[in-house]
Amino acid sequence: MIWILDITMLFFLVVCAIAAISIKDLLSAIIILSAYSLIMAIVWVEMHSVDVGFTEAAVGAGITTVLFIATLARTEGRSED
Amino acid sequence: MSGIIDIVYAEYNYWIYVTLMMIGFYAMIAKKNLIKKIIGANIFQTAIFLFYISLSDITDGTAPILVGEHGAEHAEHAADVIYTNPVPHCLILTAIVVAVSTTAVALALIIRIYQEYGSLEEDVILAARRELQPEFSEHARQKSVAEVGEQ
Repeated sequence: MIWILDITMLFFLVVCAIAAISIKDLLSAIIILSAYSLIMAIVWVEMHSVDVGFTEAAVGAGITTVLFIATLARTEGRSED
Repeated sequence: MSGIIDIVYAEYNYWIYVTLMMIGFYAMIAKKNLIKKIIGANIFQTAIFLFYISLSDITDGTAPILVGEHGAEHAEHAADVIYTNPVPHCLILTAIVVAVSTTAVALALIIRIYQEYGSLEEDVILAARRELQPEFSEHARQKSVAEVGEQ
């Protein structure tokens, strides 16, 4: 475990989580959630759990984002809070 | 005091996991938009996954892939290798798939709610329901009166 990489990635993780729930434009929030998932995958690969890392990169950052954007195409893209 | 700093430093993964979990929990409770609630649920789930993966990691451990399987030249080296615990990895691999499935079901329900009420804001949906509710209860009352009348 490279601890300086670990701490940097965990810091970006918290920043992305706060940004994803506080941005009013829902498409931006979803893209930031995708970036959050990708950073989480990097943290896991760095903690030697490679299988979980690439599953999260494919499923968490890929399919979840596609599902969210498909929902957004059928509903509205602005949030009040 | 140095004991507290040692605990914070040695287990910083757990502090980040608790922070992320509370961020997700706050979004699930306080945000009015339904998609924001689902984003909060996703953050909550991945925070718990982070806890499990942190739990399985060992100092100086390596990925749980067999060392020295092919050829005997690494065979004496293989006994010294420390692997991280693979059991939480298997649990979380299953949990990631379940998380995607629950997200998909929730988003399908959100599309249906939007078709019915024309909004994703929770207060607008609740106000629309309250407007519809007297009509429903009046209909139910008339139906029960008619049933009693028939008897």
